[in-house]
Order: sequence, then structure tokens, then C-alpha cells
Amino acid sequence: MSENRSEIEPRPPMTAAPYAREAHVALPLVLLGAVLVALVSLPFWGDGSLQRTALEFFYFLALAQAWNLMAGYAGMMSIGQQAFVGIGAYSLVVFAEDLGLNPFLTIPLAAVVAMILALPSSWLLFRLKGAYFAVATWVIAETVRLAVNANIDWLGGGRGRTVRSLGQFDRHLREDLGYYAGLALALIAVFGVFFLLRSKTGLALQAIRDTENGARAVGVETRRTKRIVYLFAAAIAGATGALIYIVQINVRPDAAFSINWAAYVIFIVVIGGIGTIEGPILGTILFFVLRDLLEGLEAWSMLIFGLIAIVMMLFAPKGIWGVMNAHRPVPLFRTARKLPARFKADEGEA
Amino acid sequence: MIAISTALNGILLGGLYALYGLGLSLTFGIMRTVNLAHGDVIVLATYLSLLTTQILGFTPLMSLVVLVPVMFCIGYGLQRLVLNRTLKDGMMPAVIITFGLSFVIQNGLLLGFSADRQVLRQGAVETMGVTLAPGLTLGLFPILTLGVLLVLIFALQAFMGRTLLGRAFRATSDDPNTAELMGIDGRKIYGLAMGLAFAIIAVTGVIMGIRSNFSPFDGPARLIFAFEVIIIGGMGSIYGVLAGGLILGLAQTIGGAISPTYFQLAGHLATLGILAVRPSGLFPETIEKG
Amino acid sequence: MALLDVENISARYGLFQALRGISLTAEEGETLAIVGANGAGKTTLLRAICGALPASEGRILFDGEDIAGQPASQLVQRGIAMVPEGRRLFPSLTVEDNLIIGSYPKRKGVWTKDKVYELFPELVKRRMNRGLDLSGGEQQMVAIGRALMSNPRLILMDEISLGLAPIVVNQIYRSLPDISAAGTTVLLVEQDLNRALSVSDHVTCLLEGHVELAGVSREIDRQALIDAYFGASQ
Repeated sequence: MSENRSEIEPRPPMTAAPYAREAHVALPLVLLGAVLVALVSLPFWGDGSLQRTALEFFYFLALAQAWNLMAGYAGMMSIGQQAFVGIGAYSLVVFAEDLGLNPFLTIPLAAVVAMILALPSSWLLFRLKGAYFAVATWVIAETVRLAVNANIDWLGGGRGRTVRSLGQFDRHLREDLGYYAGLALALIAVFGVFFLLRSKTGLALQAIRDTENGARAVGVETRRTKRIVYLFAAAIAGATGALIYIVQINVRPDAAFSINWAAYVIFIVVIGGIGTIEGPILGTILFFVLRDLLEGLEAWSMLIFGLIAIVMMLFAPKGIWGVMNAHRPVPLFRTARKLPARFKADEGEA
Repeated sequence: MIAISTALNGILLGGLYALYGLGLSLTFGIMRTVNLAHGDVIVLATYLSLLTTQILGFTPLMSLVVLVPVMFCIGYGLQRLVLNRTLKDGMMPAVIITFGLSFVIQNGLLLGFSADRQVLRQGAVETMGVTLAPGLTLGLFPILTLGVLLVLIFALQAFMGRTLLGRAFRATSDDPNTAELMGIDGRKIYGLAMGLAFAIIAVTGVIMGIRSNFSPFDGPARLIFAFEVIIIGGMGSIYGVLAGGLILGLAQTIGGAISPTYFQLAGHLATLGILAVRPSGLFPETIEKG
Repeated sequence: MALLDVENISARYGLFQALRGISLTAEEGETLAIVGANGAGKTTLLRAICGALPASEGRILFDGEDIAGQPASQLVQRGIAMVPEGRRLFPSLTVEDNLIIGSYPKRKGVWTKDKVYELFPELVKRRMNRGLDLSGGEQQMVAIGRALMSNPRLILMDEISLGLAPIVVNQIYRSLPDISAAGTTVLLVEQDLNRALSVSDHVTCLLEGHVELAGVSREIDRQALIDAYFGASQ
């Protein structure tokens, strides 16, 4: 009820900016600033284990944001993002080991490689819809995994390869550089999605989410919009893949192309809240907490993750963030466009 | 002779793959959604058969007497109690729920049966061969598998074409809202369709377990094969499943004959190739809506 | 007691209020025509009666029992059949299968496949064709036949002449007396006032979601009906 009441209150005339500044816009900004300061300074006050956990948090957050943009906004349910994580990992191997580039420079290059390979993959995938799209993304990921695994000796086959050139860095320097690269990646993912959603593309995405055919009918280039999103998500996953293996050093195809990358990320978004920017952030935090709680339970923990995803979909399909928002909406990231008050008069009586 | 033998073995392997695809094709044809736990449900059926043979002393094929009704009820229950709740929200919830279910089944089986590979023992029929010509011997059980597949396909086709309930299945698939106006309760139809798919999966699971050993994590690969069968054959088409299975089996066997490492890869590439040139498969039947 | 007694129902699509307090009755065996301009709420009214769209207010009494809120699939079992706007045949089913599916509720009565073929002999040679291979008129015949196969007490027909040539429309309307002769109550939506008046016992004119005029078809003042149709009396 409380949200309805606020809608009835008089609003400024429509000449105001579409994102009218409201009183509680300041709080999220202060919060965001504080979190940023804490994260940037973390290597100076946190210990190594906290720093490693934070880095892991960053790359799961980046993957979750990218997946959420695809699934939650563009209606493309992918279970094959591990293809691009793996491609990113092997880009690191090729650029750093074979071509002798600085491993950290390979992170943006991995994003580019992933994006280039995502293009032909999108030609195939965009012929399919819904659940078929989902399984096809997986088939493509499996195809790439098997191709790398079995047929390319140069990449080390099933045993994979080690990024030896990382040995040139002092361990602390490597961890710090990795940490900041991860922070940058997470920020790019979060704010990339944020600005994409507030752009014209974002408007097109919302139209597609509401009704794809309708959007097409009014001239939204649905294919182009979806392709932008797909390539963006591939780039984020590619960069993440390179980053992950800068930390882990040994690249093996079964691990780099593991379906678990997709599974954890889907779990994160589902539990946090699909179709919002805040959801994946909250989801990543919850995922880390849960994983900590369930540590050592092995099979039980995976079973519980699966059960939680099912229960969430049945009883809180908008995730924990959705549940919180239902009581008191506090969007940290304002991407929703509000209907001008004059179109809303009729809603009150319904 | 090697070429003929490879081709025949590919076709026989395709029989098994078509069985994987049959249940998935049925549910996709009617509900337009993919059960991502399809492969894991096949493996679950195999383990349930193993359990039945251990507890009741049945042979695996005898265990079907218990397994088929039990699996039907599990499928019906899953659809009516879980998946039907999310119908109005599009395909995403069902996909995520079955994805979650996949992890529940895999890890549940791991906890219950350990990661050791197991096998269903049916006896002599497993290893019997049929010699067609000198140097050309085919396994008897793979031939039987193909026979079971053909029987199931014809039975399913007759059910869909000749019975009132089968027509109601097709009407619901075409247009659930108008079907409702004919007195057809779509939710019940969906439940029955999933039950039927699970009953077919029971047969599939037992055959798979007799033909090869299995472990709790074999499901995802089965799902992918089933999916490829449908992509190749055409969505929602029962005969397409037969064609899709045979082509996938042939592709894998031919790939495997070139190099063992090309076995699965050849199947994936065949699928992606079909997707590139004929996105609706070789025998499309489903009428695309909106 | 009337077979159908609609009491003051309202219904809406989202923000759009399509029906605003509509009441009407239909006696067993009679034919009631509903006329009105586009957007007057005719289709919505039929959809509310057959259970495809829940009414937000009011009661719908069928044979004395309130059926508002019951799903369409149950109402067919009770004897309310719908011939939907746009025919909506099942595209992957043959003509014969479309008819057979109409018998899904398993209600006893005079209508069988053979009876429908007798009513629409044109369909006999089309039995094995798929619905979409048919002409518009033939499709409409299948849609009516399919609804009859449930042996309804009340049949709702939504714009059965839509998009058809006049000669085909005549042909289809010639089947109405046979349908009524079986004791079936007919509720039909029709854009053509003359046709509506000539086939019905009573007529109800809707305007912007409410009943603007109602009366006995043979006695009604034609000019008043035209005014009601266009909203000229306001």
C-alpha cells in the first residue's frame, strides 16, 4: 500500500528530468562511496585470505551481472557462458605464454577474443528461442571444450597448460595487480550494465522483455539489441576467464570450460534477484555466505544449492532483493523509467 | 567391410540416442519447454532399476513393471506440483527449476550410491552377437534397443493420432487457450505428458544401464545427446526423433572411427551444422507461434 | 427460469474497463443477438460467460447456478460451448480431428460427427485436410461443428461472418435453425444489424461496455437500434 500512496502525491510537471532527484538518492551514493573506498584500500588493511576472497567475489559478481543482463533483461537464458570463461583462460595462455605479452594486458585482449568468437556463435544461437537457446549455448561450450581438450596439442590437450610467465612477478605484486584488475572488472560489469540499461539500448531491452514481437513491430531492432548484450556478456566472461587463471595459473580445459561457472552464476542471480542490478550483488554476497556455511559438505552443498534455486523460483521468483523491495522499495541503481503521473490516474481505483 | 560395420553400429547407437530424445521431444512438443534435468532423470531411472534388482531380486528388464508406473507418477507429480505453478511466467522459471533439479538428482545419487560406476546385469543377452557376414557381427541388445525404439515410436504415434487424449495433447500443443474452450484442462494434459515422458525415460534408463556402465554424473551428456537428436530431427516431430538419433549415432561413430577424440565432437559439429543450414531440423512439425 | 442470467457483470483488461455492469438473460432454446460497434465489449462479454476471462464483479447464473470464476474447461462440461472469434482451429489437426476434439467433454446429445457433416456437407470431402488448408467459410463451419460436438445447452458464437463473402455467410446462417431445433440456446455476436435481427428472438445492443438498448428482435424500433449502435442517443 505504501508505494501506491506515494504515487498519488502530486509530482513535478513533466518538464523535469526523467530521473527526478528524490530525497533518498543521496543515501545510495554515500553507501556506494564508502564501499568503494573500503574496496580500493583493502590490500592495505586486509590480509591475503580476505583479499583472495574479495577477488573471487569480483569475478563472480562480474559474471553474474553479465548473465543477469542477458537472462533478466534480454530474455536470453544461457547455460554456456563457460565457453567464454574458457576462451578467456586460453587467450591468457596464448598471449602471455606463446606471444610473450604481459599477462595483465591479456585481460582486455581476452575480452576482445571472446567477443569476436561470440559473433559467429550468436548467428547460430539466435535461430533458437527460450529453452532451446539455453541448451544450444551449452552445446557450443561443450564443442569448444572438446575441441580444446582433444585436438589442439598446442594448447596442451586434456592436461592443459601452465602460465609460467606469471613467475616473473613477485607473489604480492601479482596478487595486488590481480585484485585491482578484478575490482576494475566488477565495476565495469556493474556500471556497464547500469549505463547500458539507461541508454537507448536499455529502453529497447525493456520493450523486448515486455513483448518481443511488439517491440519489433514498433521498430526496435531486437536482434541487434540482443546481439549487443550477448557480445557484452561474452566480453565480460572472457576477461573474467583470463583473470581467474592469472590467479590459478594452471589452465585445464575441463575446469576452464566447466558447467559450474554457469551453474554458480545462475544460482547467484536467482537467489539475489533476476532482472535488477542489485540482485546479483546481493546474490554474490549470499552465495559466499552459503558456500562458507556449507563448506566441507561436498555433494550436500551442491544438492542444497539446487534445492534453494528451485524453492526460490517457486516462492520468490524475483529473489531476495525482490522480497526486500516488495516491502520497501530502495533501488540503489535507478534504471526504471517512471510513467508520468498523468498516465497513472486510473491505477489508483484498480 | 569396416565401413559397413561402422555405419551399422552408428545406426544402432542412434537407436539409443533416439530413445534419449523421445521423452524430451514429447514434452517439448506439448509444453514448449525443455526439462534440463532430462538426462539426470534417465540416470535416476537407471539407479532406481538397480535398486529394484537389488531389493526385489528382479532382472533389470523385469524391474520395468515397477519402474514405469513409479516414473510416470514422479513425472506427473513434478509437472502438477512444481512446474505448473510457473506456467504464467514464461519459460525461464521451468528452465531454472529443472536446472536446479539436475543438481539435486546428481548429488542425491552421489550421496546414495557413491561415484563408482555401476552396471545393470541382464545376463547373456548383453553380450550376444548376431553375425551377418564374416567379420560383421552386431550386438543383439543394440538391435533389440532399436526394436524397442520403433515400437515406442509407433505406439506414441498411434496414441497421438487415434485416441481422444492424444488429440487433446496435440490441440493443447497447438493452442492451449482454445483447447481450454474444448473442455481440455491444460494443466492436467501437461501433467500427463510429463508422466508419459518419464515412463518412456524409465525404459530408456534401463536400456542404457544394461548397455553401458553409469555414474551419477552421466546425466548432462545424455541431455545434450537428446537435445541434439531433436535439433537434427526437427522439434516436436516423433519421426524426426528417429532420423535425428540415427544421424547423431552415425556422426559420432564415423568421427570416432577417424580418431577416438572426435567421437562426441563429431556429433556436436553435426548438430551445429544442421542448426546453421536448417534451423528447424530435418523434419519440422511444430508450428511456430508468436 | 432463464437458462442464462447475467447480472451486472464488469470486467477489465488491465487498465481498460471493457464491461461496466452488463445484465442480460436468455431463455432455453432462444437465439439472442448481441450487436454493437467495435470495442463495445461484445467479445469480452462472451469470454466472460464462457469462463475465458474472469469477471471482476457481478454474477453469471447458468441454469440457476452462479458460474462466475469457473474455468472455461469446466464450463464446457456443463454445456457452454464457444465458437471463438477468428475460428481458431487447431492447425496441426485435421478437420475430423478438430471435430472429434469438440467431443472431449463427452456430453450426450444429438450432435455427432455424422450429424455435423450432415449440417455442413461441404466438410465431408475436407475431412482429412488440416484446418489451415480450408477456406474461411469452411473453417467457420468446422469451428461451429467443433462447438456443437460437445452437445452444448448454450452456444456462444463470436462474429461468425467476419471476413467471409456474403454468399458464404448465408450458407453458414442457414445452419442456425437446425442448431436451435436441437434445443440449443444461441448467443451470437454480429456486426450486421439486419442479419442479427432476422435470425434472433431478442437483441441486445452494447455501447462502451454497457447495455444501451435491448428488446424483442421483431418489434424493436430500427432507428433506435441504429442510434444505440452509434451512441447517437447520448
